[in-house]
Amino acid sequence: MNQVITVTATRQSAVRGSVDPHLSIRHYDPDADLMLLHFGPQHPSTHGVFRMDLHLDGEIIVKATPYVGYLHRAVEKLCEKLSFVQQTPIVDKNDYVAPMTNEQALNMAFEKLLGVEVPRRARWMRTLFAELQRIASHLLALGTFCIDLGGALGGGSTAFIHTFRERELILDLFEEVTGARFHYNTHTIGGQRHDLPAGFAAKVNAALDIIEARIPEYEAMSLGNAIFQARTKGVGVLDGQLALELGITGPILRACGIDHDLRRDAPYSAYDELVPKVIVRQGGDTYARMRVRFDETAESIALCRKAIDGMPEGPINGYKPIRQPTMAKSAGGQVYVGIETPRGELGTFVIGGGDTPTSPYRLKIRPPSLHALSAIPYIMPGATVSDAVAILGSLDPIMGEVDR
Amino acid sequence: MNPATQSALIHGAVYGTIVCLAVLTSIAMGIWFERKFAGRMQSRIGPTYTGPVGLLQPVADVVKLLQKEDIIPRDADHALFNLAPPLAAIFSLAAAAVVPFSAKVISADLDVGVVYILGVGGLMVVPTFMAGWSSNNKFALLGGMRAIAQSVSYGVPLVLATMVPVVLAGSLSVSGIVDWQATHHWFAVWPILPGLPAFLLFYLAMLAESNRIPFDIPEAESELVAGITTEYTGAKFTLFYMAEYVHTMVGSAVAAALFFGGWDGPFAPGLHWMVLKTLLIFVSVYWVRWSLVRFRSDQLMDLCWKRLTPLGLGLVFLAAAFVQYWPGGAR
Repeated sequence: MNQVITVTATRQSAVRGSVDPHLSIRHYDPDADLMLLHFGPQHPSTHGVFRMDLHLDGEIIVKATPYVGYLHRAVEKLCEKLSFVQQTPIVDKNDYVAPMTNEQALNMAFEKLLGVEVPRRARWMRTLFAELQRIASHLLALGTFCIDLGGALGGGSTAFIHTFRERELILDLFEEVTGARFHYNTHTIGGQRHDLPAGFAAKVNAALDIIEARIPEYEAMSLGNAIFQARTKGVGVLDGQLALELGITGPILRACGIDHDLRRDAPYSAYDELVPKVIVRQGGDTYARMRVRFDETAESIALCRKAIDGMPEGPINGYKPIRQPTMAKSAGGQVYVGIETPRGELGTFVIGGGDTPTSPYRLKIRPPSLHALSAIPYIMPGATVSDAVAILGSLDPIMGEVDR
Repeated sequence: MNPATQSALIHGAVYGTIVCLAVLTSIAMGIWFERKFAGRMQSRIGPTYTGPVGLLQPVADVVKLLQKEDIIPRDADHALFNLAPPLAAIFSLAAAAVVPFSAKVISADLDVGVVYILGVGGLMVVPTFMAGWSSNNKFALLGGMRAIAQSVSYGVPLVLATMVPVVLAGSLSVSGIVDWQATHHWFAVWPILPGLPAFLLFYLAMLAESNRIPFDIPEAESELVAGITTEYTGAKFTLFYMAEYVHTMVGSAVAAALFFGGWDGPFAPGLHWMVLKTLLIFVSVYWVRWSLVRFRSDQLMDLCWKRLTPLGLGLVFLAAAFVQYWPGGAR
């Protein structure tokens, strides 16, 4: 389908409606004077090292080609060489905005492969950590998105620093439990490494109270602001069907009006007991995506409260905690575990067996951000360079997990 | 050279130097103040290490910037590239010439001062586009393109907003308009209907002309890296940076003169009042800057041509009607 598209102000919507991502530029209006703009990898708004090649007609994008791989660290290959118990700190660095859920996904896959049971208290703790991490991650997403819209030297950075201030409270809580602020290494196969310290529930509730009280402030600073709405509404509209075909999950999919959340649809950890209310918004535009994240923050606060108040007593590991590599041996088989991280379905596919029984034969991570980026060729054309930044920010990609 | 010209030249030279130095010094302190102010808005404390409460921060900034290597891209148009920053600084300072900082402190009391200000302010787009074009950088080019679109559009509401005090006072001279306000009333206060909206219109257009958030589209750093200044380093970047602040400062002074009675005020000498009013408007620019996100280029055009320009026309008609029909409105 090679169509000749003349991009004028009046036909922008036509371009948005029927985008052919494989459009050859040769078939574009031959009279148009196109400019190829290398957007990234060294660009302040590419959320790390992401690159897009944008073909511009004036300021309007006619074709966008994403390129990934600038942060490739061969994590999956490394995991084949390390024993099962050594891998948790490695995957911490994948989605470096939500390390807790990375650990959780990996260890849940290993538990399923090795047939290890997790005690109830450990499952509740995982749920608590995952929801706290979701709040932290969504706060960061909102802050960086405001920077994308408003610049590092302006109102955007004000919103950014305010959301970071509250994210700090959650990092302090994690530090209290694990000793680390960011790369926790607290999930193990079959349980948790660190138990909750005394008086932790009060601290969690205090931090949540502060964050909850400030939510109206963020609303006024970002989503409620008229300029913010003008910049985001109707921008980067993603069709729900297309999102499903591209494998997009998480807040981006729920912003397209599709009610899908693994926490409720395929409960794991303690989500069978703590059922979350799934936030769904219509529209599929940039505003809807940020709105879903924003409302999920409030929902996660409620879930955290339930998790900390109902935290069961008991052991956080099995009878014999798995600490030595020789204690985790796989006879073979393959498993897939998907969990709902702040960005969507983080899948871990492990094949056991192989030459060394203490390490996986093959490990594949399915990062939600990679699938989110695959929407770019479809939703960028027709937008302007300013919109491109907003759209990329609303997809909230973390290049660490995209490139692994 | 006749004695009148000679005396005007000497007057201009002396006061011009004083005004330039005063503006530049207040810019330096303004930058310190902005950093402290932004810090408070963002629950931080701003600069503290350089001097008492960080007062020497602007000095440190300038020294750091001047030490940097001066890089000229190989494929840049050298002549234009080097000419743009000084031109930007000159044009931004030039507008200060006709602003009356008190009844006496005015470098050149032109009969057509308002026209001069608008003309010199409009010239700012020339060095901006020179920088965008000569850098031979796509981000800079996009920034220059946006700058032209924005400056050409916002010239129109700026002129219309300026026309309101001109019509009300019946004078094109800035000091004439201030004199009229000193003997009658401030235009932002009365007539309230064309006066206050005209000030707000002027304010918005001034933000757009001096590339301030929410209209800092030509150098939108999250989109265009640094826009027109992407390839500039060291001293040349400093000149652009300074020109932007001077433009805002002079714009604030013009707004204070045209709408808030300039040096008019009780108890204190005129200079104090003028400086106070200018700084209050200047600070409000920061306040807006550190609160809002920016518009998109096409939304800016939309706002300008569909809302602000008709509004400006309406205000000019209202002002004319006021002068003609309001009892006591006639000059």
